[in-house]
Amino acid sequence: MEMMSTRFPRSRTDRVVAGVAGGLAERLGIDAILIRLAFVVLAFAGGFGIVAYLVAWLIGGEDRPARAGAAVAARERRSGLRVVVSVAMIVTGLLLLLREVGLWLGDALVWSAALAAFGSAIIWTRGDDAGRARFARLASRLPLSPADALAGRSKSRIAAGAFLVLAGMITFLAANTSLRSVGNVAFAVVVTVAGVSLILGPWIYGLFTQLATERRERIRSEERAEVAAHLHDSALQTFAMIQRAQSPQEMVTLARVQERELRAWLYGRERNGADTLSRAVDEMASRVERLHRVAVETVVVGDVSPMDDRLRALVDALGEATANAAAHSGASVVSVYVEMAPDTITAYVRDEGSGFDLSSLPVDRRGISESIVGRMQRHGGTAVVTSEPSSGTEVRLVIPR
Amino acid sequence: MTIKVFLVDDHRLFLSGVRSELGGTYEIVGEAGDVEQAVSGIAATSPDVVLLDVHLPGGGGAAVIRAVGAETKFLALSVSDAAEDVIEVIRAGARGYVTKSISPVELTEAIARVHDGDAVFSPRLAGFVLDAFAGEAAAVADPELDQLTPREREVMRFIARGYAYKQVARQLSISVKTVETHVSAVLRKLQLSSRHELSRWASDRRLI
Repeated sequence: MEMMSTRFPRSRTDRVVAGVAGGLAERLGIDAILIRLAFVVLAFAGGFGIVAYLVAWLIGGEDRPARAGAAVAARERRSGLRVVVSVAMIVTGLLLLLREVGLWLGDALVWSAALAAFGSAIIWTRGDDAGRARFARLASRLPLSPADALAGRSKSRIAAGAFLVLAGMITFLAANTSLRSVGNVAFAVVVTVAGVSLILGPWIYGLFTQLATERRERIRSEERAEVAAHLHDSALQTFAMIQRAQSPQEMVTLARVQERELRAWLYGRERNGADTLSRAVDEMASRVERLHRVAVETVVVGDVSPMDDRLRALVDALGEATANAAAHSGASVVSVYVEMAPDTITAYVRDEGSGFDLSSLPVDRRGISESIVGRMQRHGGTAVVTSEPSSGTEVRLVIPR
Repeated sequence: MTIKVFLVDDHRLFLSGVRSELGGTYEIVGEAGDVEQAVSGIAATSPDVVLLDVHLPGGGGAAVIRAVGAETKFLALSVSDAAEDVIEVIRAGARGYVTKSISPVELTEAIARVHDGDAVFSPRLAGFVLDAFAGEAAAVADPELDQLTPREREVMRFIARGYAYKQVARQLSISVKTVETHVSAVLRKLQLSSRHELSRWASDRRLI
């Protein structure tokens, strides 16, 4: 999903007043100073800059990383109240601008038309389904919030309040013709904004409180969903498999693999793209466990990253030795130990299985000679296999750092 | 006389499992699910060995040891994979650490060993110890305590590689008793080491 697709984003980081200029600057790729300067200059041009800033603030949204639900939230937020307010601001601003330019049909006509449009916009919002549902939900959840008091407020009271304030505004403006003749548009803007905020102030406050609550709860439920999804994909599936497992050995293997994965997840060592040696060793152990159904105990002292060819060769040789032990020794546990010294890395693979006589090994067994000894030598290291029949095998791999 | 064992773990299921595994060999004198219960329960039953979970409601295993005193023999038992958790409980005075996936036979042996006054190092704990004492750290208050001797390091390395004490003794051509002495010395150094930030340091080192 894209970033919230408002054309008037507000910056959370680059802000002087509300972040409108910062957000626009980021979107347009211009220096924020220039945008701020433009707003200030426009503010002197009959207050248009102030109105434009307010409009951008009201219809714009805070820019933040896209998340599931962010788009919905944005849509919800911009519907209803904010639409009304922004329409009112735009209309007022345009009217003031028109008057400034000289295109004026006469006070009575223009202002009454604007008021009528604004009033109908309020009524329109109150009928907004999403808004109503939101208030209903909120009323049941937050019994003492301001929004609750608002939800309980009757429509007629809002309408009456709106009427009174607007009427007062009209009479005030009408009575002060001298002010208008001076051209004090900024004053008219202030009056308009004050009137609007008198009517809608508590409402806006309630809406913001509610939005914050909703956002918190959404984040919380998203986190819960993520944990649930992970446990579902991993632990739950494994438990189901364990119930159907045919042999105790299979059960143990499933449990061990799951334990290792959950551990990595819990302790923040997830294995996708093992970029450190300890993770690569863990990944290798997990693979061998899955494949050969034996326990692989890994102990890694120290760590290095990133992985290079040499380290990868070491892990591959280690994997081969571990798989050999798992497949041929008959032991139920294979121990893997890796230690990083300042100048060398040493790795041991050990089992207490049947062991074998090295000299009697068939020549065609290329596992040891090629995959382990040869590979280590090609990368400047060594591999030593010690084995005694009946007391197990140990492979020691050394590679310079 | 059978060894009296006290179990401290907040997971009922695990507790009943351990109880049935050990019940035949040892006398289970009590069990507790949090720090408070554990402290009063141990005082009331005076067990020989306390099997102690590292993670507990109300403060963790280390809090129990600090409240009871390290004269009681504690064996830490945990699923935790975090070096700092394990090192903390060892530094508080536990005689050893084993993971919960240990087999019943090994657990029985470990309890007997702790009861005899020995330390019990699982391969993973040996790994943590080597990590914590890795490198020749400069400017330490007590160099004797803050370093492992080459022999101790060697013993730790064998344990980390999966060797049993007996096998370590054979590999190094020393007696099992000597191995036990080395292991106990390492445990003491770990508990007395002046390096306050030992655990943090150890876990940081895993993230080079």
